[in-house]
Amino acid sequence: MENIRRFCVRLADRRWILPVLLVLGMTFCVVAESTSLLNSYTRFVLTAMLVNVILCVSLNLVNGYLGEFSVGHAGFMALGAYASAMLTTCLFPQTPALFIPAILVGGLMAAVVGFFLALLSFKTRGDYLAIITLAFLMIVKSALENISWVGGPRGLAGIPTLTTLPIAFATAIITLWVIRNLIYSKFGRAVVAIREDEIAANAMGVRTREAKILAFTVSSFFGGVAGALLAHQITFINPGSFDIVKSTEILVMVYLGGIGSLAGSILGAVIFTFLSEALREYGTWRMVILPLILVLLMIFRPRGIMGLRELPWFLPRRELFNRRKKS
Amino acid sequence: MSALLEIEDVTMRFGGLCAISNCRMTVPAGITHGIIGPNGAGKTTLFNLITGIYRPTEGIIRYKGRKISGQRPSRIALEGIGRTFQNIRIFKSLTVLENVRIAYDSQLRYGPMESLMRVGRYGRAEDESIARSMELLEHFGLSGFASIPASGLSYGSQRRLEIARALALKPALLLLDEPAAGMNTGETSALTEFLRDIRDHFQVTMILIEHHMHLVMNLCDKITVLDFGRVIADGTPAEIRANPRVIEAYLGESTE
Ligand SMILES: Nc1ncnc2c1ncn2[C@@H]1O[C@H](COP(=O)(O)OP(=O)(O)OP(=O)(O)O)[C@@H](O)[C@H]1O
Ligand SMILES: [Mg+2]
Repeated sequence: MENIRRFCVRLADRRWILPVLLVLGMTFCVVAESTSLLNSYTRFVLTAMLVNVILCVSLNLVNGYLGEFSVGHAGFMALGAYASAMLTTCLFPQTPALFIPAILVGGLMAAVVGFFLALLSFKTRGDYLAIITLAFLMIVKSALENISWVGGPRGLAGIPTLTTLPIAFATAIITLWVIRNLIYSKFGRAVVAIREDEIAANAMGVRTREAKILAFTVSSFFGGVAGALLAHQITFINPGSFDIVKSTEILVMVYLGGIGSLAGSILGAVIFTFLSEALREYGTWRMVILPLILVLLMIFRPRGIMGLRELPWFLPRRELFNRRKKS
Repeated sequence: MSALLEIEDVTMRFGGLCAISNCRMTVPAGITHGIIGPNGAGKTTLFNLITGIYRPTEGIIRYKGRKISGQRPSRIALEGIGRTFQNIRIFKSLTVLENVRIAYDSQLRYGPMESLMRVGRYGRAEDESIARSMELLEHFGLSGFASIPASGLSYGSQRRLEIARALALKPALLLLDEPAAGMNTGETSALTEFLRDIRDHFQVTMILIEHHMHLVMNLCDKITVLDFGRVIADGTPAEIRANPRVIEAYLGESTE
């Protein structure tokens, strides 16, 4: 056991492993997509896993790094999914080249709404984010159900399958990269300081409101991006796909893998994806098991597996220099 | 001589409770000003008013001649007022170094795009912030703990870290809320020397709230005595010691 631990620690210190993994991962994705190396089910699950990584790391920005409690992530997915699917399905069908701009439009749509939601939520001192995001989630759902040109309650069907394994992989990497670069800067430190002690952060010159709005907007953007990818993976979306159950799933990933950790977000998404595939045959029982896992996690391990710890692979070099001395 | 801090007829009410009433106080630059008074006198409330955590119900607070009451706490901090808290408020799960860097961050000039792409001013600014923060920690004898979580520090070191963090703002005015709380006599006299050193080295004007009379009398040039939210005396340590109202309200019950 001790040997395994020591091996892991040594592995964690080898930073060159990360770029190697990235290249291998991308190669694998390209090969898997163009050959029959994997069956379509496995490809589907892997793609879903990568989308889950995006969801998990982006929600972690708000729920983990910032320390607020948002339950609205599925709402941002919905915005991203619908906005991008409208582009690729209704406005410009048969132009797959438009997929990347469509993903961006999905993300921007979510970000704009996220920005205004944050403006509203963080106006006062009180933390009503959970309630406001819950309301937002319900509003998005009923709005989509009542707008006939996006399909109403029946949703949008016939969305082209554009989310390939390499695209999902690349998007997940970009998401991780952006959020990592944000976290290890003065902007990210401000966000983390708010979680630690908002009053002290204020007294140290942190513009808390701006920092919160920034974190929430970036989080929403990637929620929208993930929604866009999902829409073009499952090719059919309806308002019911983006309900509180979906939000709960993302919350489970975040609190399972670990708050305030990129490595934790990846771990949470991976474990969750496989767990949820394994539970698929139990149908509605998932609806009981998932919230139960969330409650148990919040009670017994509120910070999750990695909780506030980070794999050295993800740390910028200058941050690493300082952490080394710990051991 | 223009004052660094002017508190003009400030009143703070919490519902029916008047925590500060008609407080007037002037702190010229360069001095060390003590605030004493029994528990619940309103000392901490006064700090919270100066730093913008509370907005005065009535009255105005000026800093360097400019009105700061009504501004956001972060804005006031950036104007150059640093503080510590009575119940230590360090960023517990962040490292000792990160604690200081967060206060230093406000002086870094780079945009979100520069930090996203890791280009431009980002790298040099970050390096400089680490170097400066380490210097500060060095001065406080904390550089050896730079990379441990702040919660792992001893109580005394946490207090010192809080002061170091406040100084990273490069404040002209430093507010210390009971820096000697929980310390014994030996530690308190060491703290007195330490604070004197800080004052000279960093050239800050200090306002400190303290119950340890020894520290206050030794360190402060001026003292204000609060009781039930009112200023009941104001003067040099010698004047305060001789003031019958002070002896009655405060020193009478616990002479040290
Ligand atoms: N946010 C608040 N809401 C209501 N009452 C408050 C608030 N803050 C302070 N008070 C009240 O104001 C009065 C002054 O409190 P304050 O903390 O300023 O006293 P203090 O002089 O710092 O006392 P101590 O020596 O115990 O620290 C107390 O009666 C306190 O209960
Ligand atoms: Mg107090």
